[in-house]
Amino acid sequence: MSDIPANQRFAARVRQATPQVAIVALSGEINAYAETALNAAYAEAAASQPTAILLNCAAVDYINSTGIALIVGLLAQTQQAGRALLVCGLSEHYVELFTITRLADYMRVFPDEATALASMSDDTHG
Amino acid sequence: MSVRVSAMRSWLKTLGVLRDRREQPNAGQPIATPARSPRRQPRRPASPAATLALDLAPDDPLAAYCLAASGVIEIDRLQLDSPTLRAWQAARMRLALPLVSQGELIGVITLGPRAGGEEYGADDLAALTTLATQVAPAVRVAQLAQEQQTQARERERLEHELDVARLIQQTLLPKAAPELPGWRLAAYYQPARAVGGDFYDFLALPDGRLGLVIGDVTDKGTPAALLMATTRSILRAAALGGATPGATLERTNDLLHHDIPPRMFVTCLYATLEPQTGLLRFANAGHNLPLWRHDGAVTPLRASGMPLGLMPGMRYEEQAVMLAADDSVLLYSDGLVEAHGVNRAMFGQPRLAALMAQSYADQALIEQALAQLAAFVGANWDQEDDVTLVTLRALCAPGGYADRSGFGVRISCEDDERAGALEDTAIEAVDAADAADPNESEPDEGDEGDEGDEGDEGDEASRWRTLGEWTTPSHHGDERLAMAWVAQTFAPLALPSATLERLKTAVAEATMNAMEHGNQHDPARLVYLEALASPTAAAVRVGDEGAGVADRTPTTPNLAAKLAGEESPRGWGLFLIRQLVDEARIEIAHGRHTIRLVIARDAPAPASPTAQPQEARDVRHSS
Repeated sequence: MSDIPANQRFAARVRQATPQVAIVALSGEINAYAETALNAAYAEAAASQPTAILLNCAAVDYINSTGIALIVGLLAQTQQAGRALLVCGLSEHYVELFTITRLADYMRVFPDEATALASMSDDTHG
Repeated sequence: MSVRVSAMRSWLKTLGVLRDRREQPNAGQPIATPARSPRRQPRRPASPAATLALDLAPDDPLAAYCLAASGVIEIDRLQLDSPTLRAWQAARMRLALPLVSQGELIGVITLGPRAGGEEYGADDLAALTTLATQVAPAVRVAQLAQEQQTQARERERLEHELDVARLIQQTLLPKAAPELPGWRLAAYYQPARAVGGDFYDFLALPDGRLGLVIGDVTDKGTPAALLMATTRSILRAAALGGATPGATLERTNDLLHHDIPPRMFVTCLYATLEPQTGLLRFANAGHNLPLWRHDGAVTPLRASGMPLGLMPGMRYEEQAVMLAADDSVLLYSDGLVEAHGVNRAMFGQPRLAALMAQSYADQALIEQALAQLAAFVGANWDQEDDVTLVTLRALCAPGGYADRSGFGVRISCEDDERAGALEDTAIEAVDAADAADPNESEPDEGDEGDEGDEGDEGDEASRWRTLGEWTTPSHHGDERLAMAWVAQTFAPLALPSATLERLKTAVAEATMNAMEHGNQHDPARLVYLEALASPTAAAVRVGDEGAGVADRTPTTPNLAAKLAGEESPRGWGLFLIRQLVDEARIEIAHGRHTIRLVIARDAPAPASPTAQPQEARDVRHSS
């Protein structure tokens, strides 16, 4: 594992799922090395002024405490911008981590993209 | 001599009229130019002289020159790249007298040409130098006096603001807890000196239910008190209309969102109690989880939801619990659980839960909690935040309520998929951790003397066996290797996957801490891991080579504060460790800092997404 530099083990791709929702598909490890790419992806996603940004973590295999801190940073940015941050595709263990840290109080957790998008289109609120 | 005296008199006279003659800054006027302090800029309208009275920036080379100069400076002889010097020269200033007090440049007196047109002589310069040494301390004293006056006025203003805030809070909080047959309610509120934004409320709902509210506004002082008053009014209006707790919070959030200042929000828990049945419904907007005591076990009551005022259109999960006779519920604010002790540790929810496990939630619990808090924080406590406690206890009332013996189970009212999710999350898991403790008195560590403080049974000690040992250099990212090693080493135990995942993450975080704090990322320093197993528990020791080097005091991160930019977004490592395993204990011995992580082998599967893991004992230091 250590022979592959950790900073090459994270990737983030942005796509606009609907006019309201931008999806940031993450893969690899969310740790200190993910910071630059994660923030760049967030900026790209935010550029279209979506009402919500969905982090798809289905291909994420590791999130450590620094990664949690990065997500807290994204959450603070989305709150300042008045948009929602959602997450999907977390393993059961990482759902537990989101619950322990109370991130789940601030960002809705969905099993997958389809459920998250359906919820957003059902959502008659803001 | 006579020349000097008269010159002095003349200059002093000139100094004395300085303020009145600034508009005519020509011949013979000294201009006092303050250095550094931005408060000392002239308040008069701009005039040619006023430009001379601008601050001398600390990085202006003239500042260093003035500080180093001994005596009077002849301005025309200076060649410095200094905006202030150019301004002086443009205004035809001739001499500058730096005022230096205690090694600090506190001002400069500048003089133009002599009134009679003749040059300044050696006597003049000597007299001016004497003047400067005498004026400097006097100016410094005047500056200090002025600063103190400003500070005093600011204190007065803040005190007044605090009085207003206190008044608002005291007016709006209930005067007494309501009397409700079959129930006992009590409340306690102790404002911090700075007045935080805590509030609580009891609502007599039209259908006979009782509404209970507890909340905490970010910020302090008058803004917090005003927001608290607004929140209370909106929530009352929504609740008294009969809406369920979840709908009440939704409506409150939507209305509040329009009016709330940026970066402010409100955490709030709202519960309704049906006194006849004991049904307690609740929804939570990011507030501390209430604690429920049932059959002597204490469980946090979890319902997810974002604090009020951050985003419109939020939904609030609604949960319910049926309270049996002798059950009790404790609502509280972070002022208690986040109070810092003399050693900077936090009071913490586990301590509160342990207290509640021993006592019914009523006035006695409040008094015990306050007594423990007082002992914990010590005599010189500077209370950082409001402390609020609200307790609800079901009494063994004859006739109606006490005979609902079968009702002491948790039910879910509207969200069936989450039904029962909390049943297994009781904090009595602390006891399970006790049973699962890998014993302190293993043969290789009898030298620690006081290791037996837990009174662990010796039989258990002999049942621990080492499964494997491993070391890794302090390389970024190698904590993942530690995770792989844990998975491989514990494979024969066939731990439940959720248990193994928790242990792996806890070990990864402990390894990162060891690399970063203990070994300072020095690749030559190793992290030592040891895997242990007993019939009931699995354990990993993670040691580094930095005994006592870094402050690794565990704290409970406050996510709301992190999101508000009041805390660093980081600082999750030790918190996660403590949450994921049943015990995390720190030892410092033989130049190694070691953390021992223990998890019960048959730990229940996480009831995600609402599982609240066991907050076992505090991390302890033994030395």
